[in-house]
Amino acid sequence: MNAFLHNLITLIWKDIVAELRGKEIITSILSFAILTLVIFNLALRATPQMILTLSPGILWISFIFAGILGLTRIFVNEKENGNLEGLLLSPASREAIYLGKMFSTLIFMLIAQSIILPIFSILFNVSLFEPMLLLILILTTIGFSSIGTLFSAIAINTKSREIMLPMLFVPIVIPIIIGAVVSTGTIMEGGNWPDIRQWVQLILVFDILAFVFSTLTFEQILQE
Amino acid sequence: MAVFKLRNILHITTFVMMLVVLYAIFLWVPTDKNLGISQRIFYIHVPLAWSGFLAFVLVLIGSVGYLWKRTPKWDHLAHASAEVGVLFTTLMLTTGVLWAKPVWGVWWTWDPRLTTSLILWLIYVAYLMLRAYSSDRYQAERSSAILGIFGFIDVPIVYLSIYWWRTVHPQPLVGPATSGGLDSSMYNVLMLSTLVFTLILVCLVLERISIFKSERSLEEIRWSLELSK
Repeated sequence: MNAFLHNLITLIWKDIVAELRGKEIITSILSFAILTLVIFNLALRATPQMILTLSPGILWISFIFAGILGLTRIFVNEKENGNLEGLLLSPASREAIYLGKMFSTLIFMLIAQSIILPIFSILFNVSLFEPMLLLILILTTIGFSSIGTLFSAIAINTKSREIMLPMLFVPIVIPIIIGAVVSTGTIMEGGNWPDIRQWVQLILVFDILAFVFSTLTFEQILQE
Repeated sequence: MAVFKLRNILHITTFVMMLVVLYAIFLWVPTDKNLGISQRIFYIHVPLAWSGFLAFVLVLIGSVGYLWKRTPKWDHLAHASAEVGVLFTTLMLTTGVLWAKPVWGVWWTWDPRLTTSLILWLIYVAYLMLRAYSSDRYQAERSSAILGIFGFIDVPIVYLSIYWWRTVHPQPLVGPATSGGLDSSMYNVLMLSTLVFTLILVCLVLERISIFKSERSLEEIRWSLELSK
């Protein structure tokens, strides 16, 4: 177990160092999300009254599409430079490889979101600093990164990975997208914990299923 | 030879029953008092929904079997069922849209059942795309088996989330005009039609599997020819 934990931390650290040098994933998520926010505001010609009803949707659409853009990148480096073979030859188990990628993806997505959220607050004039909202954000992002890492590994082996990943990812994560949008809206309208409890439970159930399923099946994709 | 004969019997039975059920749907069964002639599409729409869903259960069985046993026959079952399932679900959605317009007044409504069917369709279209775009066959088999399992697990969660979402979202004023019991002759036609569509599903899946088998052996023959050169 100790060796497993050690391998896991090493794998996460490797991704963080690579990201610090290349700055590919966070930059792509961030720039795409900001573009989405600007385009939405202009395209919808939103008035301040409309903003309150539309902003949960706008926020989550920008997170989803920017997240997909980030997810397409996470195995590109491993594939292009033949690093995947190196990883497979390393003493790390397949589960550790999956968990390492999943956690580093989670970290990158959360960092990007923590920058997007204040920008969103400023551009749309809404206050989003609610602890409940942060909980929803973290839980949904755990769901995104656990199933997204699995699908990203699947999509990297296909001829058109840019379309394959969203095609696999979006229909599957629809329940947690609905959960996140509805609970974000409820919180912004002043709702409390009992109003969003069933959604949090739904997101949690999805997270657990996605996490366990992906951990168990990831090794199937790495086999040659 | 025996297999060939059995399959012929299945095909002929399905064909004859198809004619019987078409006669029953269009000529024999009485027209619905409230919904009128358009209600007859119901005898095709509901069996399509049922057999499409059954096909996705077969995808799940094939996918689990493949990851467990690693023999091509399980993969053939999953792949063939996914193709036929997407076909049936496409027809189900099309007939549903056609029926909704005269009865509900709209082509589409974001009701839980409709929305779940659409998402189910998208998941299995992605399954077929994955098969088509994969560069390596074994990789494609394993990846699609994973999608075949998780896609199916996901469906109840999708349904629940949309069901809850509808309760917080304003409903358009549409709905079935009547929800009373079915006349017994209508019920019988529906059951017969469901049986026929299930038989068509079985026929199509079996045919598709035998095509996959032929493709596979052809590929193996090509490989051995390449090697012997």
